[in-house]
Amino acid sequence: MISEIFTASLFASTIRLATPYLFATLGETLGQRSGVLNLGLDGMMLMGAFVAFLIAYLTGNLILALLAAIALGALMGFIMAFISVTLQAEQGISGIGMYLFGLGMSELLFQKFIGTPRTIEGFPRIAIPVLSDIPAIGEVFFKQNILVYLAFALVPIVWFILQRTNLGLMIRAVGQNPEAADAMGISVTRVRYTTLVLGGILASIAGASLSIALINTFQQNLTGGMGFIAVALVYFGGWRPAGVLFGSLLFSFVNALQLQISVLGLGVPSEFAVMSPYIITLLALIFASKRRDKPDALTKPFERGGG
Amino acid sequence: MTSKIEKSSSLFESVRLRFWYLVPFLLSLILAFLAVAILLLLFDANPLSAFQAMWTGAFGSENTTAETLVKATPILFVAIGITIAFRGGVINIGGEGQMIAGALAGVAVTLAIGERIGVLVVPVALLTGFLAGGFYGAIAGFLKAYFDVNEILSTIMMNQIMVQLMNFLLNGIMLDPESGGLNNIPKTARIVPLAQLSRLSVNFGSLEIFDRTRLHTGFIIAIVLAIIVYIMLWHTTIGYRIRAVGLNTRASRYAGIPVERQMVLSMFLAGGFAGLAGVVQVLGLNYRLQTDGSAAGFTANAGFNGIVAALFGYLNPIGAIFSSIFFGGLLVGAQQMQRELGVPASMITAINGLIVIFVVSSQFFVRRAQRQQKADQSTSFEQDIESDGEERVPA
Repeated sequence: MISEIFTASLFASTIRLATPYLFATLGETLGQRSGVLNLGLDGMMLMGAFVAFLIAYLTGNLILALLAAIALGALMGFIMAFISVTLQAEQGISGIGMYLFGLGMSELLFQKFIGTPRTIEGFPRIAIPVLSDIPAIGEVFFKQNILVYLAFALVPIVWFILQRTNLGLMIRAVGQNPEAADAMGISVTRVRYTTLVLGGILASIAGASLSIALINTFQQNLTGGMGFIAVALVYFGGWRPAGVLFGSLLFSFVNALQLQISVLGLGVPSEFAVMSPYIITLLALIFASKRRDKPDALTKPFERGGG
Repeated sequence: MTSKIEKSSSLFESVRLRFWYLVPFLLSLILAFLAVAILLLLFDANPLSAFQAMWTGAFGSENTTAETLVKATPILFVAIGITIAFRGGVINIGGEGQMIAGALAGVAVTLAIGERIGVLVVPVALLTGFLAGGFYGAIAGFLKAYFDVNEILSTIMMNQIMVQLMNFLLNGIMLDPESGGLNNIPKTARIVPLAQLSRLSVNFGSLEIFDRTRLHTGFIIAIVLAIIVYIMLWHTTIGYRIRAVGLNTRASRYAGIPVERQMVLSMFLAGGFAGLAGVVQVLGLNYRLQTDGSAAGFTANAGFNGIVAALFGYLNPIGAIFSSIFFGGLLVGAQQMQRELGVPASMITAINGLIVIFVVSSQFFVRRAQRQQKADQSTSFEQDIESDGEERVPA
């Protein structure tokens, strides 16, 4: 029975399902490292998913669709930055507001411009030559969608940005001690705007990865709360790309496992199976709380001269 | 002479501060309306006729007004709880799950022992619902206070968990024995008549209002509780402590207030009121708990709408009464608008989001006014020193 459950396709699903989480969490990591919590992530994912789907549906051009999602994501990130950084609104609640707006708006626009459920031809899978022929491992790792490879490639890229570039240094400084960073001449505002715009772009791509690559359709509440889980995964991953990678894989593994078990009909009530990812996330949050790596300035608006 | 300046300036200051509290609120309202109008234009709908359709849909007749108040009831319960939570410095997004928890517990108790305890069944059911929702909320409060777990994230997770638990119970143990899989809607048995909250109607001689509508006494219970909570928050020690912790945890700790316990208490109360919302929905409306498998099938998103209503009521239970009725009208009116003009009612979700953003952003102006007030006070102090040549210890 073990071999029935733990098939190569289970692990391949794990890799595939992790993709939207990776995009979203990496973007959120940048924002949180700079001290800003973006809880509107799910709403941004939904809007990105819709825009990408719409453009792809209307023009058939996937690259254009992706670019549209990127542009929209940048805009949403900018708006979020304006609300959280300039207006210094309470970050948690304004995030929920952004979520509700993205949720409602994406459904509204979907009903206006598309109306009925449709599917499109999304980004294709690409089998990497030679490597994909390796038995078992080949199927799991090297026969995935283009966007899957992109998501995993982002992990070392974001690590590099954070640890080896000037921008990353500024981000980390602003997140730990914005007053000191400000005294050193770093523009806290500009750094936070940057990370939020990047976060918005990545959130949008995360949504697009669902609508024009992995699932190839759009419907109301396509993400079903993925964005919130992504935020939780940032906590769980200790605000580091490697940790976030581990968390995303762990979560998508539980997800894939739960689906597999339901399909096999193993006598576990389906409701508990569906529940399990959320319980896991909750436990992850509890254990993550003991971390010392939390950016000290997270959720605290910065104001020169003391707020 | 100094005291006269102080007195007149402080009166001016308090008026100016009140002004700056009001302006952001009005601004949010105006912006929200503008946003709605723009969205409507996007749908080729005339904003004016849309607003008119909404108004007629919400308050046009006795029946629709009753429906508005029916919709407003659970929103108000949740909003009261959220108000307490916000004032206590915690953000409760778990209204949906807590509502379900309260409804499940209340229905279970009613079905189990309802017949045996006669008249007591309503208070017992309400109390059970309150405790169940409260306990569910307290878990999140506990995790925040002692494990520093972000309560927004934990309550969102707990929502999903409770929905699945509800489906499990409604499809299993709590399934109506008489349904026999006829239409396969998961639901519990009907509760005994004594447990049902009576329908509300006003009869003064020949004047009959709300006869034969769905309006029930749950609405009155909500209003009474709103008033009680208002008194509690601003006129009792418990309320003072809740607000103190919400305003400044560190200072509260120095003052000896047990901050962690207060957080748990605030979440407990918030969850409790959401639980009440759930129980009252069952006792007053459907007389059974049924759903389509989703949370919104039972709650109609009152868990989220309650948050927006609390914010729009400016975190005051009395204000929440009016904003809940407003949102009830919005929901009912939106259906009419959809019927008449074809604009999807899901626009309301987007509007809710915008209202939340506007209200929370408008605090910017309030804070600026408060800072200005502080700055002015210290300036007048300096003027005192210069004019009298006296030193005075700052108050």
